[in-house]
Amino acid sequence: MEKRPAFCLFRRFIHGHRRSFFWAMVATTVSILLTFLAPQIIRFTVDGVMAEELSLFGSLRQTLIFAGLGILLCTALSGVFNYISRINLGKGTEGMIKALRDTLFAHVQKLPFKWHVDTQTGDIIQRCTSDVEVVHRFISAQLIEAIRTVVLIMVALALMFAMNVYLAIFAAIFIPGVVAYSALFYAGIAKRFLKADEAEGALMVRVQENLTGVRVVKAFGRERFELDKFHEKNNAFAKAWIDLGYLLGTYWGLGDIVTGIQTMGVVIFGAYLAVNGQLTLGELIAFISYSHILAWPIRALGRTLSEMSQTSVSAKRLLEILDAEPEEEPSAAKTPDMTQDVTFDHVTFSYQNTPVLRDLNFTIPKGSVFGILGATGSGKSTITYLLTRLYDLPEDGGKITVGGCDLREIEQDYLRGQVGLVLQEPFLFSKTIRENIAIARPDASLDRIRQVAKVADVDDNIMAFGKNYDTLVGERGVTLSGGQKQRVAIARTLLCDTPILIFDDSLSAVDMETDAKIQAALRERTKGATVILISHRVSTLMHADQILVLDEGKQTEMGDHKALLQQGGIYSRVYTLQSQAERGEVL
Amino acid sequence: MEYDTIPQQQSFSIATWKRLGPFVKPVRGRIVLALVLILLTAVTDVILPLFTKYAVDWFIVPQTTSGIVPFALAYLAVIAVQGVLVIFFCRHCMVIEMEMGRQMRTACFTHLQKLSLTYYNQTPVGYILARVMSDTDRISSVVAWGIIMFFWDIMFMTGIIISMFILEWRLALIIIFIMPIIGGVTFFFKSRLLKVNREIRSVNAKIIGAYNEGITGAKTSKTLVIEDQLTEEFSGVTGKFFSARMRETRLNAVFIPLVVMIGSVAAALILYQGGHMVMEDVLALGTLSVFLSYVLVILEPVQQMARIFSECLAAQVNIERVGDLLSQDERITDTPEVQAKYGDIFTPKRENWEPIRGDIRFQDIWFKYPDGDEFVLEDFNLEIPAGTTVAIVGQTGAGKSTLVNLACRFLEPTRGKVLIDGKDYKERSLLWLQSRLGYVLQNPHLFSGTVMENIRYGKLDATDEAVIAAAKLVSADRVVEKLEDGYNTQVGEGGDRLSTGEKQLISFARAVLADPPIFVLDEATSSIDTETEGLIQNAISHILQGRTSFIIAHRLSTIRHADLILVVEEGKIVEQGSHDQLMASRGRYHGLYTTMMLREETDLHGFWPDGDETDEE
Repeated sequence: MEKRPAFCLFRRFIHGHRRSFFWAMVATTVSILLTFLAPQIIRFTVDGVMAEELSLFGSLRQTLIFAGLGILLCTALSGVFNYISRINLGKGTEGMIKALRDTLFAHVQKLPFKWHVDTQTGDIIQRCTSDVEVVHRFISAQLIEAIRTVVLIMVALALMFAMNVYLAIFAAIFIPGVVAYSALFYAGIAKRFLKADEAEGALMVRVQENLTGVRVVKAFGRERFELDKFHEKNNAFAKAWIDLGYLLGTYWGLGDIVTGIQTMGVVIFGAYLAVNGQLTLGELIAFISYSHILAWPIRALGRTLSEMSQTSVSAKRLLEILDAEPEEEPSAAKTPDMTQDVTFDHVTFSYQNTPVLRDLNFTIPKGSVFGILGATGSGKSTITYLLTRLYDLPEDGGKITVGGCDLREIEQDYLRGQVGLVLQEPFLFSKTIRENIAIARPDASLDRIRQVAKVADVDDNIMAFGKNYDTLVGERGVTLSGGQKQRVAIARTLLCDTPILIFDDSLSAVDMETDAKIQAALRERTKGATVILISHRVSTLMHADQILVLDEGKQTEMGDHKALLQQGGIYSRVYTLQSQAERGEVL
Repeated sequence: MEYDTIPQQQSFSIATWKRLGPFVKPVRGRIVLALVLILLTAVTDVILPLFTKYAVDWFIVPQTTSGIVPFALAYLAVIAVQGVLVIFFCRHCMVIEMEMGRQMRTACFTHLQKLSLTYYNQTPVGYILARVMSDTDRISSVVAWGIIMFFWDIMFMTGIIISMFILEWRLALIIIFIMPIIGGVTFFFKSRLLKVNREIRSVNAKIIGAYNEGITGAKTSKTLVIEDQLTEEFSGVTGKFFSARMRETRLNAVFIPLVVMIGSVAAALILYQGGHMVMEDVLALGTLSVFLSYVLVILEPVQQMARIFSECLAAQVNIERVGDLLSQDERITDTPEVQAKYGDIFTPKRENWEPIRGDIRFQDIWFKYPDGDEFVLEDFNLEIPAGTTVAIVGQTGAGKSTLVNLACRFLEPTRGKVLIDGKDYKERSLLWLQSRLGYVLQNPHLFSGTVMENIRYGKLDATDEAVIAAAKLVSADRVVEKLEDGYNTQVGEGGDRLSTGEKQLISFARAVLADPPIFVLDEATSSIDTETEGLIQNAISHILQGRTSFIIAHRLSTIRHADLILVVEEGKIVEQGSHDQLMASRGRYHGLYTTMMLREETDLHGFWPDGDETDEE
């Protein structure tokens, strides 16, 4: 059944909040009972006044005082319980939603990299925000209200039946009718809502495209054409909402008529019964009050029913995320010393049936600098993913070992803590620069942070910002250039002092002089660490102990700078071109 | 957001609301009609509780059922009338809301088409979009529903008060006494709730931001092993959200029972006072029951009025924002005389347009940007005969597009004249010039729709054959044929479904179809695969033949073949001449050229064509 996902989600997160919900229910029930007492007091008063039976409270004046005080007491108490119920409900619902959000975030963080690549960022963010909102709204506004309404109806019916069976039956037969009517209407309204939403989306796209393409519009002088297209969508949008408004108007109007007839029925039928002596006037007034109290909640109940399906769609989308498998840890994960040789042994890797790496065999000796030269699409980034286990090699894809230990047997977090990876387009968080550099080592001193920033040749840039290291990065702060971002990311990785370092084209946005300067400083700083440099720029790699040339996933050449030059392959051709160009500049 | 410079107003401002005048005017009739409908609805709302009174006084107390049938019919009639009134009133309100919104959006959109590029360069699209869509939405909904419901509140309250005074003025005084109390309490709580709501929204924005970072930065957080730390931080933000929401809950938990409580005080007082009067036979029993119903329903309009009032205050910000957009200076416009002859941008008088040959002359030009204070062009003179290819070179951000924007009249010189075919372009209309430009951008923009529709944008009445011929001319047909549905392939929003190279070729075809006498090209710096690259080079050489063209150039081959090269540095033209002249003079061009050569040749793309590596970002 379609109700299940919402229920599943609810059950998963109600844990720890049961007490709040329990007390909320108790308080709600008590509050409702007290609300229903007031009409009963009026009933006794009216009947007492009518029959002039003043025996209960003595004089008339006393009766009236007691009645007035009774009503006040009832509402006051009902108010107190209402308060308790709302506070508990708030705690329960908000607590549950907080748990849901936190779990979603933690879970998304723990999902494998492949999942992140395969899913669309926008879609996930949409689910984690709007769908959570839908669930929240349903629980806080609708579900609780629905339960309240059910209690309300039951209590009201019990009281009504106790007073007069016929009139109670008369009032009761309207309830399922009104609920069904509302549910049906809301289903129809939901459809038109969808249409109106789509029309709004279409208009939005139209305006947005016009604005982003304004240069094209102006260059071709297409203002008139654009205006006509805009009119079309603008009119469609207005029409869709007016259609919706028509249906809503009908719903409200007819709803008013139906509830009006119900009240009228109670009044007239009740008057008839009262005249025949089967109902006292006080009872009739109580009846009328009850049917007034019930009118709106019953109509809301229909709405709740129809919105249930929408909520279950959202719940399903959330469960899809929550049920995705997080990264697996090997059983008995190892944490070996990582200052060892790294060996690629017949490594072959495909992504979505496209071969990316083909039979790689090489060893990176510990403490050496290893260069990888390759163009976009040569598979060089995939090597970094494999080394950090963002992707795992399949069983038949050969193996990568560190000091003889298969990477797949090493604990993931341990491995990533030992391998420092700097990406070509690094991601910085919207925090201060200091926090960004120290993100993996939050207790690092400013001295140490500045030290690594100096190695990455970014300290001067940072000191030039208004708030130095406390400058915010991103929308609310400074916008860093590509090269500055890369250098901050290098500093961030250096701070971790990892035994293995990988620079994946991470100086591509820096000019050659700075590149060389940083490299020299790096070599000084990372002595003893195994360094893997990846680039398409020869100058970045030429001082490496060994250089691997990668072409379409195959290793085509390997050796040090001299050996590769003698080989006369791709490497030497690229090098020749570069020196020619350099000479050209000197001329 | 930094562009939101208009603060929330604390007081009601008539001047602000007057800005809505032009949009209210077309729906005036409907508003009057809606007000009449709402007035009648309020009357029925006041009448309905009276039926209970008469049922008590006419049937129950005298113990008779005679006359109950006409009574029931009258009752039914009022209910039916009310239902029908509600239906029509809702419909009218919706039409008013939508009609006003439509008018406002049209006004914004029309005005936006007239604004110069300077405005677009300074204002983010998201900001403009919010003005056109959400602000207008808020305004029209407040006017249509808020203000009209406000009228209902007043009518309903007045009706009840009148009815009560007719029935029994002494009891009426009790209700009138509590109304200001309810109003005060409501205002007190609503203003606090409004503040909490604002906080909730801002924390919510933080949550969305955190998700955004957590998801787009997944690779980074995994490799740095900081997932747990980020999760903990996130939990701090949701904790703030929790406490803000709880504050809202607490306010509501006090507010709602309190209002009910005040109502009960009034009910108890009425019961006490009214009971006495019934016993003393100065009040009919039915009247007492009507008062008890009135005391319950009168609480609603008072609360609603307080709510609408705070909404109206909030909507003033929206009105100011839309008003600001509409009063944005167009900066570059045609004089009335020019408009009279050439027509405006929406209704051009093409029959009066002279053809363009493409001679362009910059005459004694002084130029500074509207937001800058330094002249970037000082007494600049340049003669560009028709058919010349002008290459503009310089570092990123050096201001290479200034000259192009001046030539296209996207900007106008501060002093001096730009002559086209010997006549100051201000003497002809904007559209006269701009509709004859071919303009291809670095990051070509396509509109959602098919490839065919996108190419046809260059010439709206072109036949399919003409479109295909244009595509062939620039070799775009080769990439189009590879697409799933050929020319009927949907390109997606902004052309997202195509690669940059494909988009570029299609935008070339679009430009060629327009057959412009003047052509502007902002060459792409992004690397495109070798094959497409070749096609593009070929297309460019085709397009340039016989046209006056400006190229913001990045490719050496393009630059070398240009008739005239302009070197730009810090917004100023520092050198000009042909390739050979400039190389011989060994100035800035020489340095720039050699650096570019270095970059172009060391790039490995010459050796390895781009593969499809799907796991790269």
